[in-house]
Amino acid sequence: MNDMIIPDLVERELKVVGTRPLRPDGMDKVTGRAKFGADMHVPNMLIGRVLRSPHAHARIKSIDASKARALKGVKAVITADALCDLPSEFVPAGEMMVNFRDITRNVMARDKALYEGHAVAAVAATSDAVAAQALSLIEVDYEVLPHVIDVEKAMQPDAPLLHDDMYTIGADPKPEKPSNIAKRVEFGFGDLDAGFAKADVVVEREFTTKPVHQGYIEPHACLASVSEDGQAELWCTTQGQFIVRAFCAKLLGMEVSQLRVTASEIGGGFGGKTVVYLEPLALALSREACQPVKMVMSRTEVFQASGPTSGAKLWIKVGATKDGTVTAADALLKYQAGAFQGSPVQPGAMCAFAPYELENVRVIGFDVVVNRPKVAAYRAPGGPIAEFAVESVMDEVALKINMDPVDFRLKNAAKEGTRAPYGPKLGPIGLVQTLQAARAHEHYAAPLKANQGRGVASGFWFNIGGETCASLNVGEDGSVAMVVGTPDIGGSRASLSMMAAEELGIPLEHVHPIIGDTSSLGFNFLTGGSRVTFSSGMAIVQAAREVIEILRDRAAKLWEVPMEEVEWVDGHARFTGSGEAKSLSLVELAKTAGKTGGPIIGNAAINATGAGPSLATHLVDVEVDPETGAVKILRYTAIQDAGKAVHPSYVEGQMQGGAVQGIGWALNEEYIYDDKGRLENPGFLDYRIPVCSDVPMIDTVIVEVPNPNHPYGVRGVGETPIVPPMGAIANAVSHATGVRFTDLPMSPPRVLDAIDSNQAT
Amino acid sequence: MLAGKPECIATQYTSSNTHREGKTLEMDYQTPTSAEDAAGLLSKDGAHVLAGGTDLLVKLRAGMVAPKLVVDLKDVPRLRGIENDSQGWRVGAATPCAEIGEHAAFAAAWPGVVESLELIGSTQIQGRATLGGNLCNASPAADTVPALIAAGAVCEVVGVKGQREVPVEQIVTAPGQNSLARGEFVLGFRLPNPPARAGDAYLRFIPRTEMDIAVVGAGVALALDAKGVCTHARVGLGAVAPTPLLVGDGAKALIGTKVDGGALKALAAAASAACNPIDDKRGTVAYRIKVAGVLARRAAGIAYERATSRK
Repeated sequence: MNDMIIPDLVERELKVVGTRPLRPDGMDKVTGRAKFGADMHVPNMLIGRVLRSPHAHARIKSIDASKARALKGVKAVITADALCDLPSEFVPAGEMMVNFRDITRNVMARDKALYEGHAVAAVAATSDAVAAQALSLIEVDYEVLPHVIDVEKAMQPDAPLLHDDMYTIGADPKPEKPSNIAKRVEFGFGDLDAGFAKADVVVEREFTTKPVHQGYIEPHACLASVSEDGQAELWCTTQGQFIVRAFCAKLLGMEVSQLRVTASEIGGGFGGKTVVYLEPLALALSREACQPVKMVMSRTEVFQASGPTSGAKLWIKVGATKDGTVTAADALLKYQAGAFQGSPVQPGAMCAFAPYELENVRVIGFDVVVNRPKVAAYRAPGGPIAEFAVESVMDEVALKINMDPVDFRLKNAAKEGTRAPYGPKLGPIGLVQTLQAARAHEHYAAPLKANQGRGVASGFWFNIGGETCASLNVGEDGSVAMVVGTPDIGGSRASLSMMAAEELGIPLEHVHPIIGDTSSLGFNFLTGGSRVTFSSGMAIVQAAREVIEILRDRAAKLWEVPMEEVEWVDGHARFTGSGEAKSLSLVELAKTAGKTGGPIIGNAAINATGAGPSLATHLVDVEVDPETGAVKILRYTAIQDAGKAVHPSYVEGQMQGGAVQGIGWALNEEYIYDDKGRLENPGFLDYRIPVCSDVPMIDTVIVEVPNPNHPYGVRGVGETPIVPPMGAIANAVSHATGVRFTDLPMSPPRVLDAIDSNQAT
Repeated sequence: MLAGKPECIATQYTSSNTHREGKTLEMDYQTPTSAEDAAGLLSKDGAHVLAGGTDLLVKLRAGMVAPKLVVDLKDVPRLRGIENDSQGWRVGAATPCAEIGEHAAFAAAWPGVVESLELIGSTQIQGRATLGGNLCNASPAADTVPALIAAGAVCEVVGVKGQREVPVEQIVTAPGQNSLARGEFVLGFRLPNPPARAGDAYLRFIPRTEMDIAVVGAGVALALDAKGVCTHARVGLGAVAPTPLLVGDGAKALIGTKVDGGALKALAAAASAACNPIDDKRGTVAYRIKVAGVLARRAAGIAYERATSRK
């Protein structure tokens, strides 16, 4: 918490914050002028391509690239040797932790290929066709090994072992033998046995979820250029140019200041662009070729080799008394990590029961490696999986005691002062307000017809802060260039500009946002954890207040009065002392800055803390075709605590986007593998994210319970919206059919089978 | 190149950056202006036919095919256009689906065929996609084929030896394979003028609402007499067997009935019994068998409604 940032403005009359201006990046996006990852071209550019393992698990006995190197037009060929082998060291990437030992092995296989699509070599050539031909000339001698893709099979003692040096962290006693279980976590308090003994009703269920991809429309893409003296530039689509710099420098053995990374416009990330795939390879190829190298993934490569979120096996047990008080809650979560450790099971375990005030609670989680692509962060990583299962069981408990599911949640809702299942006491949060808004909403009372059902679910997400820098440069004409180091994936250029304009008291049109490259600011943690409007907003406010201090000082000097007698109001310095009223605008002060002390800039470098959790409640109506199993989403209302909605349209957009991604997760999205561990649907035809006609207009209700740690009361809003949908939809489908659905996705064959099996019994 | 055909330009294509599989292609492209020339060109080794290109271009980009010669049929006379006389309808095989859908009289005569072609891809795709391409691509899941089978459509097949007529259901022989001889192509489709009190309908099931491939498709065409008794019926199914199916027992279940509940139930059973599907990423055997019956029954219900509302 930075001293300057005090929650003093929440009560203030706001002129810009809370309005809905046009977004500053809108024009370039609709005209096609915006430059995304694949849009950069430079002279003498080579095209890089990756050779990928056709096997789910194989020992790489040898790689012979001599024929590829000899092909005309091939300028560089690399294997894992081109990157540094690194010791085990965990570092944060968004809300996830990554390990450098694993990153270097994930971007290029060493010794073993651990999933279909795992990179084993890369080439750079004068054309894409030559590069492709070169790939076909690389001879890899594989020893195919038994593979495992199911999380529970991977946990068996006789399962094929991915890493022979992996001993379960957190297991007591420490295991003597290696296994695919990377980590065990446990949270909770109280006395479970006593809690369940008090219960009148106990519901215990098992659930499964499938890995789902973030589904960003823009594939991974980059352009790297390394000069002969080792200076390097990298253009790429990413959620964090500073994280890309840190990871690439480590993998290539460079100093971070030798590498300048520029983030392109980003065509969707959702957490999936918080790690590196092509970037270190493009740099290594460019270093070898001494020419710029561009690399772009195909959609097939995106599905085979970039991170989905975990599939999981879950067990939940909840007990409650007849009056609706939850007496005990227990959960066992087994998450697939993909080929390397680091599933989001820990955050999943932490937030599984977080919307509830509980006396007796326990969550145990396992992080398990399998022969699938390494998972990456996906919007509230880990949360939606655990909370889908918990919200399904809570719904069933409410049904059993004949209590309205919203009332049941209200009775047990976490609020300020509630001890979270993961330990600390919660600050002010808005769950109760979202539940009250749900109950009062016209949607909740609307009539339903045959084969229709309504579901409700709540959701919790932490949100984060982190290292953040920003600068405001006041131009000689009084316009303000705003530089931030966090890529804009959800409208943050708009919300940050609005906070700058609000603080400075100037028109929004005079603030011009730029996402700076890594040479323009100090270190910024990436765009993730719903942190940017919160953290970069804090930094912008601090920088703006620094600018205001300077402006007051300049006015005081011009007027030859003490600075204490100059206040900043509505974009003007005003003399408050006795005598003639004096006023100077920001524009006037900027024009004379050269004579009054030089350029006027405000900088902030902070470690933002005090991010407030955002909670949500979603309502959904579905209709199930009992003869085909098709589920139609009829109506959807998302209600969420935003703290303060700086730009309400983009808050609503986040809520709608999360709900739609959740609809896909609930109904159709899944990875389908053959018996050899090869992905059968690496494309948008058969990996079915929702199309526009699949979803109704998502209605939204923004609740504002200010976060006291932010000058405008902001909470992150981007991730929470994907937490409730799966539980809400599963509950709705269950009510429409009379059959409890515990396995995602609820695709038509699965729904029809469940309906038919139920009728047969 | 064909002598005396200056419009036939041989072009060399090499793959671009967007060509992901990266094979270097040396490919001729020809635009014949007569059926005879087209048949001659298509007889050559490595020749691929191009109509709308919605399948060929995708396969090219995916590296699934490497044609030596692409024969673009769109300039062949009578391959495009819709005609009607007392003998019935004739639709050129390369007429874009969007054009057929906008033909009010055809849409009134064969609404089921039109609803099938309006399910192909997207609006943009329908501007290129053709009935001939959808049939000859020989996918078991092609949307227009069950509807054309139900409509009793017959293909005009042209080759170096002349022209023959082949019912639509005899064209596809296996996934990706058809009964056309080398050099043959479909010039057009002939459909009858539907009698009074006739109607057709096509339904398909996909997990989403659009941009997907049929898990099951069902087309039904039927005609009623003045008393409302079914005198004629044809039932086509897609995506439930290696080829689109003409379900004779489905027609039998309807003919002679008033298309009542019992008849529809018998139709559903016949449709399910005709299925020989596979388990794949789009659906299971059990699912396809059951839903084929459901869709056939529902399509028959719609066709019946259309028949009774048609004066």
